[in-house]
Amino acid sequence: MSSECCSENHLKLTQGAAECEHKLPPFPYGGRGHRDPQPSSSALDFQSLSVSYTRTHKKVVDDVSLTVSRGQRVALVGHNGAGKSTLLKAAAGLIRPDSGTIRVYGNNVGACHHRTAYLPQRSDVDWHFPITVNDLVMTGRYVHFGWFRRPRATDRQLVAASLDRLAISQLADRQIAELSGGQQQRALIARALVQQASLFLLDEPLNAVDESTRDIVDQVLSDHARIGGSVLVATHDLGRLSESFDVAVYLKSGRIESVEQLPGGRADFDAASRVNISDTAGQNVGEPSVRVLQGEQ
Amino acid sequence: MDWLLEPFELGLMRRALLASLLVGATCSLLGVYVVLRRMAFLSEAVAHTTLPGIVIAYFNKWNLLVGAVIAAVITAIGIGWLGRGQKLREDTAIGIVYSGMFALGIVMISSSKNFMDFTHMLVGNVLGVSTTDLWGIAVVCFIVCGSLWAFGKELLLTTVDPLHAETIGLSVQRMRYILLVLLALAVVTAIQAVGVVLTTALMVTPAATATLVTKRLKWVFIGSVAFSFISSITGWYVSYYFEVSAGGAIVLACTSLFGITYVAHRIGLIRGGSQVDPDESTQ
Repeated sequence: MSSECCSENHLKLTQGAAECEHKLPPFPYGGRGHRDPQPSSSALDFQSLSVSYTRTHKKVVDDVSLTVSRGQRVALVGHNGAGKSTLLKAAAGLIRPDSGTIRVYGNNVGACHHRTAYLPQRSDVDWHFPITVNDLVMTGRYVHFGWFRRPRATDRQLVAASLDRLAISQLADRQIAELSGGQQQRALIARALVQQASLFLLDEPLNAVDESTRDIVDQVLSDHARIGGSVLVATHDLGRLSESFDVAVYLKSGRIESVEQLPGGRADFDAASRVNISDTAGQNVGEPSVRVLQGEQ
Repeated sequence: MDWLLEPFELGLMRRALLASLLVGATCSLLGVYVVLRRMAFLSEAVAHTTLPGIVIAYFNKWNLLVGAVIAAVITAIGIGWLGRGQKLREDTAIGIVYSGMFALGIVMISSSKNFMDFTHMLVGNVLGVSTTDLWGIAVVCFIVCGSLWAFGKELLLTTVDPLHAETIGLSVQRMRYILLVLLALAVVTAIQAVGVVLTTALMVTPAATATLVTKRLKWVFIGSVAFSFISSITGWYVSYYFEVSAGGAIVLACTSLFGITYVAHRIGLIRGGSQVDPDESTQ
Protein backbone atom coordinates (compact mmCIF):
# COMPACT_ATOMS: atom_id res chain seq x y z
CA MET A 1 0.00 0.00 0.00
CA SER A 2 1.36 3.37 -0.91
CA SER A 3 0.24 6.91 -1.26
CA GLU A 4 2.32 7.09 -4.39
CA CYS A 5 0.06 5.82 -7.11
CA CYS A 6 1.97 4.21 -9.92
CA SER A 7 4.76 6.71 -9.69
CA GLU A 8 6.66 5.05 -12.51
CA ASN A 9 4.10 6.38 -14.88
CA HIS A 10 4.80 9.72 -16.39
CA LEU A 11 3.16 11.38 -19.28
CA LYS A 12 5.56 13.56 -21.13
CA LEU A 13 3.61 15.00 -23.96
CA THR A 14 5.62 17.94 -25.07
CA GLN A 15 9.30 18.54 -25.18
CA GLY A 16 10.28 20.71 -22.26
CA ALA A 17 7.02 20.22 -20.40
CA ALA A 18 7.36 19.27 -16.79
CA GLU A 19 6.77 15.63 -16.14
CA CYS A 20 3.52 15.03 -14.36
CA GLU A 21 3.95 12.50 -11.62
CA HIS A 22 0.79 11.00 -10.27
CA LYS A 23 0.14 10.91 -6.57
CA LEU A 24 -2.97 9.74 -4.84
CA PRO A 25 -5.14 12.86 -4.53
CA PRO A 26 -6.12 14.16 -1.07
CA PHE A 27 -9.72 12.97 -1.52
CA PRO A 28 -9.67 10.14 -4.08
CA TYR A 29 -12.95 8.96 -5.60
CA GLY A 30 -12.33 5.32 -4.91
CA GLY A 31 -11.14 5.71 -1.34
CA ARG A 32 -7.61 5.30 -0.12
CA GLY A 33 -7.32 1.55 -0.66
CA HIS A 34 -4.75 1.93 -3.38
CA ARG A 35 -2.28 -0.75 -4.43
CA ASP A 36 0.73 -0.51 -6.69
CA PRO A 37 1.15 -3.08 -9.48
CA GLN A 38 2.38 -6.47 -8.35
CA PRO A 39 5.84 -7.36 -9.61
CA SER A 40 5.82 -9.92 -12.40
CA SER A 41 2.10 -9.53 -12.90
CA SER A 42 0.42 -9.39 -16.27
CA ALA A 43 -1.63 -6.34 -17.24
CA LEU A 44 -4.92 -8.20 -17.18
CA ASP A 45 -5.79 -11.70 -16.17
CA PHE A 46 -9.18 -13.37 -16.36
CA GLN A 47 -9.43 -16.80 -14.79
CA SER A 48 -12.52 -18.96 -15.35
CA LEU A 49 -14.65 -15.85 -15.67
CA SER A 50 -18.41 -16.19 -16.03
CA VAL A 51 -20.86 -13.31 -16.23
CA SER A 52 -24.66 -13.41 -16.54
CA TYR A 53 -27.29 -10.79 -17.15
CA THR A 54 -29.10 -9.96 -13.93
CA ARG A 55 -32.54 -10.22 -15.46
CA THR A 56 -32.34 -13.27 -17.68
CA HIS A 57 -29.53 -15.14 -15.89
CA LYS A 58 -28.22 -15.99 -19.35
CA LYS A 59 -24.47 -16.41 -19.40
CA VAL A 60 -22.85 -13.85 -21.67
CA VAL A 61 -19.32 -14.82 -20.68
CA ASP A 62 -18.80 -18.47 -19.92
CA ASP A 63 -15.64 -19.77 -18.23
CA VAL A 64 -13.19 -17.48 -20.01
CA SER A 65 -9.52 -17.48 -19.04
CA LEU A 66 -7.36 -14.93 -20.76
CA THR A 67 -4.13 -13.16 -19.93
CA VAL A 68 -2.96 -9.95 -21.54
CA SER A 69 0.65 -9.10 -20.84
CA ARG A 70 2.28 -5.76 -20.60
CA GLY A 71 3.04 -4.25 -23.96
CA GLN A 72 0.51 -6.35 -25.81
CA ARG A 73 -2.34 -5.40 -28.15
CA VAL A 74 -5.14 -7.92 -28.12
CA ALA A 75 -8.25 -7.85 -30.28
CA LEU A 76 -11.48 -9.44 -29.06
CA VAL A 77 -13.28 -10.49 -32.20
CA GLY A 78 -16.82 -11.77 -32.47
CA HIS A 79 -20.38 -11.03 -33.46
CA ASN A 80 -22.83 -9.08 -31.34
CA GLY A 81 -23.56 -11.04 -28.20
CA ALA A 82 -20.23 -12.87 -28.27
CA GLY A 83 -19.28 -11.31 -24.93
CA LYS A 84 -16.67 -8.78 -26.06
CA SER A 85 -18.17 -5.72 -24.38
CA THR A 86 -19.01 -7.70 -21.26
CA LEU A 87 -15.39 -8.78 -20.85
CA LEU A 88 -14.22 -5.19 -21.19
CA LYS A 89 -16.80 -3.95 -18.70
CA ALA A 90 -15.85 -6.66 -16.24
CA ALA A 91 -12.20 -5.63 -16.51
CA ALA A 92 -13.21 -2.00 -15.93
CA GLY A 93 -15.17 -2.94 -12.82
CA LEU A 94 -18.52 -2.01 -14.34
CA ILE A 95 -19.93 -5.54 -14.13
CA ARG A 96 -19.54 -7.98 -11.29
CA PRO A 97 -18.78 -11.52 -12.48
CA ASP A 98 -20.74 -14.53 -11.25
CA SER A 99 -17.56 -16.51 -10.77
CA GLY A 100 -13.89 -16.47 -11.62
CA THR A 101 -11.26 -13.85 -10.94
CA ILE A 102 -10.05 -10.69 -12.62
CA ARG A 103 -6.64 -9.29 -11.85
CA VAL A 104 -5.37 -5.98 -13.15
CA TYR A 105 -1.62 -5.73 -12.69
CA GLY A 106 -1.93 -8.46 -10.09
CA ASN A 107 -4.53 -6.63 -7.99
CA ASN A 108 -8.28 -6.64 -7.74
CA VAL A 109 -10.20 -4.45 -10.16
CA GLY A 110 -10.28 -0.87 -8.85
CA ALA A 111 -7.12 -1.18 -6.77
CA CYS A 112 -5.63 1.63 -8.83
CA HIS A 113 -8.36 3.44 -10.68
CA HIS A 114 -6.16 5.58 -12.86
CA ARG A 115 -4.32 2.60 -14.31
CA THR A 116 -7.26 1.41 -16.41
CA ALA A 117 -8.87 3.53 -19.12
CA TYR A 118 -12.18 2.24 -20.42
CA LEU A 119 -13.49 3.75 -23.63
CA PRO A 120 -17.19 3.00 -23.96
CA GLN A 121 -19.01 2.68 -27.22
CA ARG A 122 -19.70 6.18 -28.46
CA SER A 123 -23.42 5.74 -27.93
CA ASP A 124 -22.80 5.53 -24.16
CA VAL A 125 -21.61 9.14 -24.04
CA ASP A 126 -24.02 12.10 -23.96
CA TRP A 127 -22.60 13.98 -26.91
CA HIS A 128 -25.21 16.73 -26.61
CA PHE A 129 -23.94 17.88 -23.24
CA PRO A 130 -22.77 21.50 -23.68
CA ILE A 131 -19.04 21.10 -23.15
CA THR A 132 -16.06 21.51 -25.42
CA VAL A 133 -13.65 18.86 -26.63
CA ASN A 134 -11.07 20.34 -24.29
CA ASP A 135 -13.40 19.87 -21.30
CA LEU A 136 -14.19 16.30 -22.30
CA VAL A 137 -10.53 15.37 -22.55
CA MET A 138 -9.88 17.07 -19.22
CA THR A 139 -12.26 14.58 -17.57
CA GLY A 140 -9.46 12.06 -18.08
CA ARG A 141 -7.52 13.94 -15.41
CA TYR A 142 -10.33 13.74 -12.85
CA VAL A 143 -9.06 10.48 -11.38
CA HIS A 144 -5.89 12.35 -10.45
CA PHE A 145 -7.86 15.25 -8.95
CA GLY A 146 -10.35 13.42 -6.76
CA TRP A 147 -12.93 15.48 -4.94
CA PHE A 148 -12.59 19.27 -4.85
CA ARG A 149 -9.33 19.67 -6.79
CA ARG A 150 -9.46 21.75 -9.97
CA PRO A 151 -7.36 21.58 -13.14
CA ARG A 152 -3.97 23.25 -12.99
CA ALA A 153 -1.65 24.56 -15.66
CA THR A 154 0.13 21.21 -16.00
CA ASP A 155 -3.20 19.45 -16.54
CA ARG A 156 -4.09 21.91 -19.27
CA GLN A 157 -0.71 21.34 -20.90
CA LEU A 158 -1.28 17.59 -20.89
CA VAL A 159 -4.69 18.02 -22.46
CA ALA A 160 -3.32 20.31 -25.16
CA ALA A 161 -0.51 17.88 -25.95
CA SER A 162 -2.89 14.95 -26.05
CA LEU A 163 -5.23 16.74 -28.44
CA ASP A 164 -2.23 17.48 -30.58
CA ARG A 165 -1.20 13.82 -30.51
CA LEU A 166 -4.62 12.85 -31.84
CA ALA A 167 -4.53 15.70 -34.40
CA ILE A 168 -7.62 17.42 -33.05
CA SER A 169 -6.06 20.54 -31.51
CA GLN A 170 -8.09 22.68 -33.86
CA LEU A 171 -11.27 21.22 -32.34
CA ALA A 172 -10.34 22.00 -28.73
CA ASP A 173 -12.97 24.70 -28.28
CA ARG A 174 -15.63 23.00 -30.31
CA GLN A 175 -18.84 21.66 -28.78
CA ILE A 176 -18.61 17.86 -28.55
CA ALA A 177 -21.96 17.53 -30.34
CA GLU A 178 -20.35 19.02 -33.44
CA LEU A 179 -17.79 16.25 -33.80
CA SER A 180 -17.95 13.51 -36.39
CA GLY A 181 -17.76 9.89 -35.27
CA GLY A 182 -14.04 9.72 -35.93
CA GLN A 183 -13.39 12.96 -34.09
CA GLN A 184 -15.39 11.71 -31.13
CA GLN A 185 -13.26 8.59 -31.00
CA ARG A 186 -10.07 10.61 -31.15
CA ALA A 187 -11.32 12.77 -28.28
CA LEU A 188 -12.00 9.68 -26.15
CA ILE A 189 -8.54 8.28 -26.86
CA ALA A 190 -7.02 11.66 -26.05
CA ARG A 191 -8.83 11.41 -22.72
CA ALA A 192 -7.31 7.98 -22.09
CA LEU A 193 -3.85 9.41 -22.78
CA VAL A 194 -4.21 12.25 -20.28
CA GLN A 195 -5.46 9.74 -17.75
CA GLN A 196 -1.98 8.20 -17.93
CA ALA A 197 -3.55 4.77 -17.96
CA SER A 198 -1.46 1.70 -18.64
CA LEU A 199 -4.27 -0.62 -19.68
CA PHE A 200 -6.60 0.58 -22.41
CA LEU A 201 -9.96 -1.18 -22.76
CA LEU A 202 -11.60 0.00 -25.97
CA ASP A 203 -15.10 -0.97 -27.04
CA GLU A 204 -15.47 -0.81 -30.81
CA PRO A 205 -13.19 2.22 -31.25
CA LEU A 206 -12.93 1.78 -35.00
CA ASN A 207 -16.60 1.32 -35.69
CA ALA A 208 -17.73 3.66 -38.49
CA VAL A 209 -14.73 5.95 -38.39
CA ASP A 210 -12.73 7.35 -41.29
CA GLU A 211 -9.39 6.01 -42.53
CA SER A 212 -7.32 8.86 -41.14
CA THR A 213 -8.76 8.25 -37.68
CA ARG A 214 -7.95 4.54 -37.99
CA ASP A 215 -4.38 5.39 -38.91
CA ILE A 216 -3.96 7.73 -35.96
CA VAL A 217 -5.62 5.38 -33.49
CA ASP A 218 -3.47 2.50 -34.72
CA GLN A 219 -0.35 4.56 -34.30
CA VAL A 220 -1.28 5.77 -30.82
CA LEU A 221 -2.10 2.24 -29.65
CA SER A 222 1.06 0.88 -31.20
CA ASP A 223 3.14 3.53 -29.44
CA HIS A 224 1.33 2.79 -26.21
CA ALA A 225 2.15 -0.91 -26.45
CA ARG A 226 5.74 -0.29 -27.48
CA ILE A 227 6.44 1.55 -24.24
CA GLY A 228 4.85 -1.12 -22.07
CA GLY A 229 1.16 -0.25 -22.08
CA SER A 230 -1.44 -2.88 -22.90
CA VAL A 231 -4.49 -2.70 -25.12
CA LEU A 232 -7.60 -4.86 -25.23
CA VAL A 233 -9.99 -3.90 -28.00
CA ALA A 234 -13.42 -5.23 -28.92
CA THR A 235 -13.78 -5.04 -32.67
CA HIS A 236 -15.79 -6.15 -35.64
CA ASP A 237 -13.19 -4.89 -38.02
CA LEU A 238 -11.30 -7.87 -39.45
CA GLY A 239 -9.62 -5.86 -42.18
CA ARG A 240 -6.84 -4.41 -40.06
CA LEU A 241 -6.37 -7.10 -37.48
CA SER A 242 -2.90 -8.12 -38.51
CA GLU A 243 -1.71 -4.53 -38.81
CA SER A 244 -3.15 -3.28 -35.57
CA PHE A 245 -2.86 -6.14 -33.09
CA ASP A 246 -0.47 -8.77 -31.85
CA VAL A 247 -3.10 -11.34 -31.05
CA ALA A 248 -6.73 -11.92 -31.99
CA VAL A 249 -9.03 -13.75 -29.59
CA TYR A 250 -12.16 -15.03 -31.31
CA LEU A 251 -15.23 -15.20 -29.11
CA LYS A 252 -18.46 -17.01 -29.78
CA SER A 253 -21.45 -17.20 -27.44
CA GLY A 254 -19.39 -16.06 -24.47
CA ARG A 255 -16.58 -18.55 -24.94
CA ILE A 256 -13.13 -18.31 -26.50
CA GLU A 257 -13.33 -20.10 -29.82
CA SER A 258 -9.72 -19.66 -30.89
CA VAL A 259 -6.63 -17.55 -30.41
CA GLU A 260 -4.50 -16.41 -33.31
CA GLN A 261 -1.08 -14.86 -33.20
CA LEU A 262 -1.19 -12.30 -35.95
CA PRO A 263 1.55 -12.09 -38.53
CA GLY A 264 1.80 -8.32 -38.20
CA GLY A 265 2.21 -8.61 -34.46
CA ARG A 266 5.32 -7.30 -32.84
CA ALA A 267 8.24 -9.58 -33.47
CA ASP A 268 9.71 -8.95 -30.04
CA PHE A 269 6.63 -10.37 -28.36
CA ASP A 270 5.86 -14.01 -28.03
CA ALA A 271 2.12 -13.74 -28.21
CA ALA A 272 1.50 -17.39 -27.54
CA SER A 273 2.99 -17.09 -24.10
CA ARG A 274 0.96 -14.04 -23.30
CA VAL A 275 -2.55 -14.92 -24.28
CA ASN A 276 -3.51 -18.14 -22.71
CA ILE A 277 -6.76 -19.92 -22.63
CA SER A 278 -5.32 -22.30 -20.11
CA ASP A 279 -4.66 -21.52 -16.50
CA THR A 280 -1.32 -19.85 -17.04
CA ALA A 281 -0.06 -16.68 -15.46
CA GLY A 282 1.05 -13.89 -17.77
CA GLN A 283 4.69 -13.27 -18.39
CA ASN A 284 6.37 -10.33 -16.86
CA VAL A 285 7.96 -7.94 -19.30
CA GLY A 286 9.16 -5.58 -16.62
CA GLU A 287 7.69 -2.51 -15.06
CA PRO A 288 5.96 -0.31 -17.61
CA SER A 289 7.18 3.18 -18.10
CA VAL A 290 4.31 4.75 -19.91
CA ARG A 291 5.43 7.68 -21.93
CA VAL A 292 3.65 9.22 -24.82
CA LEU A 293 6.17 11.37 -26.53
CA GLN A 294 5.22 14.06 -28.91
CA GLY A 295 5.71 12.81 -32.43
CA GLU A 296 7.05 9.51 -31.22
CA GLN A 297 6.71 6.87 -33.88
CA MET B 1 -39.56 56.52 -13.23
CA ASP B 2 -41.66 56.63 -10.10
CA TRP B 3 -43.56 53.55 -11.17
CA LEU B 4 -40.32 51.58 -11.13
CA LEU B 5 -39.55 52.55 -7.54
CA GLU B 6 -43.03 52.54 -6.11
CA PRO B 7 -43.18 48.80 -5.24
CA PHE B 8 -39.98 49.14 -3.22
CA GLU B 9 -41.77 51.33 -0.68
CA LEU B 10 -43.51 48.28 0.76
CA GLY B 11 -41.48 45.97 2.98
CA LEU B 12 -43.40 42.89 1.86
CA MET B 13 -42.66 43.72 -1.78
CA ARG B 14 -38.96 44.12 -1.04
CA ARG B 15 -38.90 40.79 0.76
CA ALA B 16 -40.89 39.20 -2.05
CA LEU B 17 -38.42 40.41 -4.67
CA LEU B 18 -35.43 39.23 -2.70
CA ALA B 19 -37.09 35.86 -2.10
CA SER B 20 -37.94 35.54 -5.80
CA LEU B 21 -34.38 36.29 -6.82
CA LEU B 22 -32.87 33.83 -4.31
CA VAL B 23 -35.33 31.12 -5.25
CA GLY B 24 -34.78 31.89 -8.93
CA ALA B 25 -31.00 31.62 -8.60
CA THR B 26 -31.26 28.32 -6.69
CA CYS B 27 -33.71 26.70 -9.06
CA SER B 28 -32.25 27.99 -12.29
CA LEU B 29 -28.72 26.81 -11.42
CA LEU B 30 -29.89 23.39 -10.35
CA GLY B 31 -32.30 23.39 -13.27
CA VAL B 32 -29.38 23.23 -15.69
CA TYR B 33 -28.62 19.70 -14.49
CA VAL B 34 -32.32 18.87 -14.27
CA VAL B 35 -32.65 19.74 -17.97
CA LEU B 36 -29.38 18.21 -19.14
CA ARG B 37 -30.03 14.98 -17.23
CA ARG B 38 -33.66 14.89 -18.39
CA MET B 39 -35.00 14.98 -14.85
CA ALA B 40 -37.90 17.41 -15.38
CA PHE B 41 -40.48 14.76 -14.52
CA LEU B 42 -38.53 13.92 -11.38
CA SER B 43 -38.47 17.54 -10.20
CA GLU B 44 -42.21 17.72 -10.80
CA ALA B 45 -42.66 14.58 -8.72
CA VAL B 46 -40.50 15.82 -5.86
CA ALA B 47 -42.47 19.08 -5.80
CA HIS B 48 -45.82 17.32 -5.59
CA THR B 49 -44.77 14.78 -3.03
CA THR B 50 -43.95 17.49 -0.51
CA LEU B 51 -47.66 17.83 0.06
CA PRO B 52 -48.12 15.05 2.65
CA GLY B 53 -45.05 16.33 4.51
CA ILE B 54 -46.59 19.77 4.69
CA VAL B 55 -49.89 18.40 5.92
CA ILE B 56 -48.27 16.21 8.58
CA ALA B 57 -46.21 19.18 9.75
CA TYR B 58 -49.39 21.25 9.94
CA PHE B 59 -51.22 18.67 12.04
CA ASN B 60 -48.28 18.42 14.42
CA LYS B 61 -47.76 22.19 14.52
CA TRP B 62 -44.26 21.92 13.07
CA ASN B 63 -42.77 24.34 10.60
CA LEU B 64 -44.46 23.47 7.31
CA LEU B 65 -41.23 23.81 5.36
CA VAL B 66 -39.48 21.31 7.59
CA GLY B 67 -42.24 18.84 6.74
CA ALA B 68 -41.82 19.64 3.07
CA VAL B 69 -38.04 19.14 3.19
CA ILE B 70 -38.36 15.76 4.92
CA ALA B 71 -40.99 14.54 2.45
CA ALA B 72 -39.01 15.78 -0.55
CA VAL B 73 -35.78 14.16 0.60
CA ILE B 74 -37.53 10.86 1.37
CA THR B 75 -39.16 10.95 -2.06
CA ALA B 76 -35.95 11.80 -3.84
CA ILE B 77 -34.03 9.01 -2.14
CA GLY B 78 -36.93 6.57 -2.53
CA ILE B 79 -37.14 7.16 -6.26
CA GLY B 80 -33.39 6.81 -6.58
CA TRP B 81 -33.50 3.54 -4.65
CA LEU B 82 -36.44 2.11 -6.61
CA GLY B 83 -34.87 3.04 -9.92
CA ARG B 84 -31.37 1.77 -9.26
CA GLY B 85 -31.85 -1.98 -9.56
CA GLN B 86 -33.34 -1.83 -13.05
CA LYS B 87 -36.31 -3.80 -11.77
CA LEU B 88 -38.43 -0.77 -12.54
CA ARG B 89 -37.88 1.88 -15.16
CA GLU B 90 -37.20 5.17 -13.48
CA ASP B 91 -40.17 6.99 -14.98
CA THR B 92 -42.38 4.19 -13.71
CA ALA B 93 -40.89 4.49 -10.22
CA ILE B 94 -41.43 8.25 -10.32
CA GLY B 95 -45.02 7.87 -11.48
CA ILE B 96 -45.83 5.44 -8.68
CA VAL B 97 -44.22 7.43 -5.85
CA TYR B 98 -45.42 10.78 -7.21
CA SER B 99 -49.08 9.92 -7.55
CA GLY B 100 -49.16 7.90 -4.33
CA MET B 101 -47.62 10.64 -2.20
CA PHE B 102 -49.74 13.38 -3.76
CA ALA B 103 -52.87 11.32 -3.21
CA LEU B 104 -51.86 10.86 0.42
CA GLY B 105 -51.54 14.62 0.74
CA ILE B 106 -54.97 15.20 -0.80
CA VAL B 107 -56.62 12.63 1.48
CA MET B 108 -55.00 14.24 4.51
CA ILE B 109 -56.07 17.72 3.41
CA SER B 110 -59.62 16.55 2.82
CA SER B 111 -59.74 15.34 6.42
CA SER B 112 -58.72 18.79 7.60
CA LYS B 113 -61.29 21.50 8.24
CA ASN B 114 -58.90 24.25 7.24
CA PHE B 115 -58.34 23.58 3.56
CA MET B 116 -57.40 27.21 2.91
CA ASP B 117 -54.31 26.87 5.09
CA PHE B 118 -52.76 24.72 2.39
CA THR B 119 -53.71 26.75 -0.66
CA HIS B 120 -50.68 29.03 -0.39
CA MET B 121 -48.50 25.94 -0.49
CA LEU B 122 -50.25 24.74 -3.61
CA VAL B 123 -50.09 28.01 -5.55
CA GLY B 124 -47.39 29.91 -3.65
CA ASN B 125 -47.45 33.19 -1.78
CA VAL B 126 -44.19 35.01 -2.23
CA LEU B 127 -45.73 38.22 -0.88
CA GLY B 128 -46.24 36.48 2.44
CA VAL B 129 -42.55 35.61 2.92
CA SER B 130 -41.32 36.66 6.36
CA THR B 131 -37.81 37.70 7.27
CA THR B 132 -37.30 34.28 8.89
CA ASP B 133 -38.45 32.56 5.70
CA LEU B 134 -36.06 34.74 3.77
CA TRP B 135 -33.15 33.57 5.88
CA GLY B 136 -34.20 29.98 5.32
CA ILE B 137 -34.31 30.53 1.57
CA ALA B 138 -30.90 32.22 1.67
CA VAL B 139 -29.37 29.28 3.55
CA VAL B 140 -30.78 26.78 1.03
CA CYS B 141 -29.56 28.97 -1.84
CA PHE B 142 -26.09 28.97 -0.31
CA ILE B 143 -26.08 25.18 0.19
CA VAL B 144 -27.30 24.45 -3.34
CA CYS B 145 -24.98 26.93 -5.07
CA GLY B 146 -22.02 25.83 -2.93
CA SER B 147 -22.70 22.17 -3.67
CA LEU B 148 -22.99 22.79 -7.40
CA TRP B 149 -19.66 24.57 -7.28
CA ALA B 150 -17.98 21.92 -5.12
CA PHE B 151 -19.32 18.93 -7.07
CA GLY B 152 -19.47 20.60 -10.48
CA LYS B 153 -16.93 18.42 -12.21
CA GLU B 154 -18.35 15.22 -10.74
CA LEU B 155 -21.88 16.16 -11.82
CA LEU B 156 -20.54 16.96 -15.26
CA LEU B 157 -18.72 13.66 -15.65
CA THR B 158 -21.53 11.48 -14.32
CA THR B 159 -23.86 13.18 -16.80
CA VAL B 160 -21.62 13.07 -19.88
CA ASP B 161 -20.02 9.67 -19.41
CA PRO B 162 -21.26 7.68 -16.41
CA LEU B 163 -19.26 4.59 -17.42
CA HIS B 164 -15.99 6.49 -17.30
CA ALA B 165 -17.02 7.91 -13.94
CA GLU B 166 -17.60 4.43 -12.52
CA THR B 167 -14.32 3.19 -13.97
CA ILE B 168 -12.36 5.81 -12.04
CA GLY B 169 -14.21 5.03 -8.81
CA LEU B 170 -16.71 7.90 -8.91
CA SER B 171 -20.09 6.47 -7.95
CA VAL B 172 -22.80 7.62 -10.35
CA GLN B 173 -25.45 6.62 -7.84
CA ARG B 174 -23.87 8.70 -5.09
CA MET B 175 -23.83 11.78 -7.33
CA ARG B 176 -27.42 11.11 -8.23
CA TYR B 177 -28.42 11.06 -4.57
CA ILE B 178 -26.57 14.32 -3.97
CA LEU B 179 -28.41 15.89 -6.88
CA LEU B 180 -31.75 14.55 -5.66
CA VAL B 181 -31.26 15.96 -2.18
CA LEU B 182 -30.29 19.34 -3.64
CA LEU B 183 -33.35 19.11 -5.84
CA ALA B 184 -35.53 18.47 -2.81
CA LEU B 185 -34.10 21.49 -1.00
CA ALA B 186 -34.55 23.74 -4.03
CA VAL B 187 -38.09 22.55 -4.56
CA VAL B 188 -39.02 23.45 -1.02
CA THR B 189 -37.77 27.00 -1.42
CA ALA B 190 -39.57 27.29 -4.74
CA ILE B 191 -42.83 26.19 -3.14
CA GLN B 192 -42.88 29.42 -1.14
CA ALA B 193 -42.58 31.49 -4.28
CA VAL B 194 -44.74 29.71 -6.82
CA GLY B 195 -46.30 26.78 -4.95
CA VAL B 196 -46.19 23.05 -5.41
CA VAL B 197 -47.91 23.12 -8.77
CA LEU B 198 -45.62 25.56 -10.57
CA THR B 199 -42.26 24.73 -9.03
CA THR B 200 -41.04 22.71 -11.99
CA ALA B 201 -41.39 25.77 -14.21
CA LEU B 202 -38.78 27.66 -12.16
CA MET B 203 -36.52 24.64 -12.34
CA VAL B 204 -36.84 23.78 -16.01
CA THR B 205 -37.88 26.79 -18.07
CA PRO B 206 -34.96 29.21 -17.49
CA ALA B 207 -32.41 26.43 -17.99
CA ALA B 208 -34.17 25.18 -21.13
CA THR B 209 -34.21 28.74 -22.46
CA ALA B 210 -30.49 29.11 -21.80
CA THR B 211 -29.67 25.90 -23.66
CA LEU B 212 -31.31 27.42 -26.74
CA VAL B 213 -29.04 30.46 -26.54
CA THR B 214 -25.60 29.05 -25.83
CA LYS B 215 -23.52 25.91 -26.31
CA ARG B 216 -21.17 26.50 -23.40
CA LEU B 217 -21.95 25.06 -20.00
CA LYS B 218 -20.70 28.12 -18.13
CA TRP B 219 -22.96 30.36 -20.21
CA VAL B 220 -25.88 27.99 -19.82
CA PHE B 221 -25.60 28.52 -16.06
CA ILE B 222 -25.23 32.28 -16.44
CA GLY B 223 -28.05 32.48 -18.98
CA SER B 224 -30.34 30.37 -16.83
CA VAL B 225 -29.87 32.67 -13.83
CA ALA B 226 -30.27 35.75 -16.05
CA PHE B 227 -33.56 34.49 -17.52
CA SER B 228 -34.76 33.60 -14.07
CA PHE B 229 -33.95 37.07 -12.70
CA ILE B 230 -35.65 38.80 -15.63
CA SER B 231 -38.74 36.64 -15.09
CA SER B 232 -38.77 37.24 -11.34
CA ILE B 233 -38.49 41.01 -11.69
CA THR B 234 -41.07 41.14 -14.49
CA GLY B 235 -43.49 38.93 -12.56
CA TRP B 236 -42.95 41.02 -9.45
CA TYR B 237 -43.95 44.26 -11.22
CA VAL B 238 -46.87 42.61 -12.98
CA SER B 239 -48.09 41.20 -9.68
CA TYR B 240 -47.91 44.64 -8.05
CA TYR B 241 -49.58 46.68 -10.75
CA PHE B 242 -52.16 44.18 -11.98
CA GLU B 243 -52.85 42.62 -8.58
CA VAL B 244 -52.39 39.07 -9.79
CA SER B 245 -50.63 36.07 -8.26
CA ALA B 246 -46.90 36.80 -8.09
CA GLY B 247 -45.97 33.12 -8.54
CA GLY B 248 -48.19 32.78 -11.59
CA ALA B 249 -46.85 36.03 -13.07
CA ILE B 250 -43.23 34.91 -12.56
CA VAL B 251 -43.85 31.55 -14.24
CA LEU B 252 -45.73 33.21 -17.11
CA ALA B 253 -42.79 35.56 -17.61
CA CYS B 254 -40.46 32.50 -17.69
CA THR B 255 -42.67 30.81 -20.24
CA SER B 256 -42.92 33.95 -22.39
CA LEU B 257 -39.14 34.31 -22.44
CA PHE B 258 -38.81 30.70 -23.47
CA GLY B 259 -41.43 31.18 -26.22
CA ILE B 260 -39.67 34.22 -27.64
CA THR B 261 -36.27 32.51 -27.49
CA TYR B 262 -37.60 29.34 -29.05
CA VAL B 263 -39.11 31.22 -31.99
CA ALA B 264 -35.89 33.20 -32.42
CA HIS B 265 -33.96 29.95 -32.39
CA ARG B 266 -36.25 28.29 -34.91
CA ILE B 267 -36.06 31.16 -37.40
CA GLY B 268 -32.28 31.31 -37.06
CA LEU B 269 -31.86 34.54 -35.11
CA ILE B 270 -30.11 32.61 -32.34
CA ARG B 271 -27.59 29.84 -32.88
CA GLY B 272 -27.48 28.25 -29.50
CA GLY B 273 -27.69 24.71 -28.19
CA SER B 274 -26.53 21.97 -30.46
CA GLN B 275 -28.95 20.76 -33.05
CA VAL B 276 -26.34 18.57 -34.68
CA ASP B 277 -26.71 14.84 -34.55
CA PRO B 278 -23.16 13.52 -34.34
CA ASP B 279 -24.03 10.47 -36.36
CA GLU B 280 -25.07 12.67 -39.22
CA SER B 281 -22.00 14.86 -39.09
CA THR B 282 -19.33 14.50 -41.63
CA GLN B 283 -15.61 14.42 -41.14
